[in-house]
Amino acid sequence: MSIPRNWRLQQQRYRLIGEICEKCGARIFPPRDVCPECEAPAKTPLAFSGRGEVYSYSTVYHPPQGFEEFAPYTVALVQLEEGPMVTAQLTDVDADRVRIGMPVEMVTRKVQTGGEEGAIVYGYKFRPTRFEHHSRQPD
Amino acid sequence: MRDVAIIGVGQTKVGEHWDISLRHLALEALQAAMTDAGVARADALYVGNMLSGALDGQEHLGALVADFAGLRGIEAFKVEAACGSGAAALRMGYVAVAGELADIVVVVGVEKMTDKLGPEATSALAMAADGDYEAAQGASFVALNALLMQRYMYEYGYSHQDFAPFAVNAHKNGVNNPYAMFRFPVTTERFAKAKMICTPVNLLDSSPICDGAAAVVLAPADVAHALSAAPVRVAASAVGTDALAVHDRRDPMVLDGAVVSTRRAYEQAGVGPQDIDLFELHDAFSIMAALSLEAAGFADKGQGLRVALDGEIGLEGRIPVTTMGGLKARGHPVGATGMYQVVEVVQQLRGLAGANQVQDARIGMAQNIGGSGATVVTHILERME
Repeated sequence: MSIPRNWRLQQQRYRLIGEICEKCGARIFPPRDVCPECEAPAKTPLAFSGRGEVYSYSTVYHPPQGFEEFAPYTVALVQLEEGPMVTAQLTDVDADRVRIGMPVEMVTRKVQTGGEEGAIVYGYKFRPTRFEHHSRQPD
Repeated sequence: MRDVAIIGVGQTKVGEHWDISLRHLALEALQAAMTDAGVARADALYVGNMLSGALDGQEHLGALVADFAGLRGIEAFKVEAACGSGAAALRMGYVAVAGELADIVVVVGVEKMTDKLGPEATSALAMAADGDYEAAQGASFVALNALLMQRYMYEYGYSHQDFAPFAVNAHKNGVNNPYAMFRFPVTTERFAKAKMICTPVNLLDSSPICDGAAAVVLAPADVAHALSAAPVRVAASAVGTDALAVHDRRDPMVLDGAVVSTRRAYEQAGVGPQDIDLFELHDAFSIMAALSLEAAGFADKGQGLRVALDGEIGLEGRIPVTTMGGLKARGHPVGATGMYQVVEVVQQLRGLAGANQVQDARIGMAQNIGGSGATVVTHILERME
């Protein structure tokens, strides 16, 4: 990934900053400036908690370029507790222990190595939460 | 507005054509189609392709192919919608003729993927996904389909082995298609033992990386009979889109883009699923085949796989699919695939499918999908009596 592009995505990658739509209340991640629910402008930042659960997962044995160092790794669709879903690698967990519905939390890890300008890319990954049960924060 | 017909088709074999360049592949298919149509000139050319820039260092395919084919000066440009590029190019050709802006239009889908090694082609394919939020996370295109398959199995209680009928059916039909890349049958036992790529997707759930080109010639329907012995009417041409990223879909288990595209197509053609005699669906991965059957109304939600398990997708079944091998066995040269699907429906409607002939085929549907479902282009073709 190019350095400028990597830099532009920092807030999302390191801090899970998305948006909240002032008109309809939709929580939006990644941020997109036009609310996907009501199409109103949406630019108010919202920091997501990083808590969620596994909606689906897959262990990758044949990675695309840039991810060879991590193979095999498990990538997942994680449903954040605020509603939106993200695609991210799972970490700190054996592939055969992953389950749909497993509660997870965001951590910051190395996501890509090398790339055309040698930038190491850090970003969000998700690991199983320390406690098997966790309560949703009230809004 | 006026009705549009296909008056000629052409295709190359699908395979690893290290000896044939991108422009030569396009020319081969284009010339075959124009010869079949009996035309020497065209008013416009649309070229469907996804990866020429990434893998061949070549863009600007409209001008390149027009020039190379001796059609210098006509309207021409590349149309891109990831793996939906082929049918998207046909859509533009259809619009030009239907809108009375052109009379004879050539559409060619072309793709070369095998000049580079696997990892590079895989990375290029990831451009069909969200570069910032899917590909950048290490989710290859296979992985995205694997995520869908895993969830589908979980929600509806299927096993991985339940997906075998798609590969078995596709390969059975590929045997009799001289243009297909794979012309050997595949058993359920072989499916069970195939190499895992991204769990649960294995090698036989996935269509191959390959090269190929396919083309059609379009003309106004009211002059088609004068130009061709066996014209086919384009009864519907419809596009639907959906969120690019799987994680942004309303319900990842429903291809909303396909629901919209098929609904529009059925309305245009004045038909319903029960009228479709064959369905060239987008079986890039077996999970896509199951979801496509549901989105097009051939099965309820979660029952698309049941259609295959119940043996309804064969040539004599309720809804024959991948009748010439599909993406799995005929092959999936991504930007060309949409055109192969249409060429195959035409062959069926003309009664020229040989051992794979669907009896009394009158109405066929071809559906080409870009990415994991974000662009869906559906064409319904009807035999012209």
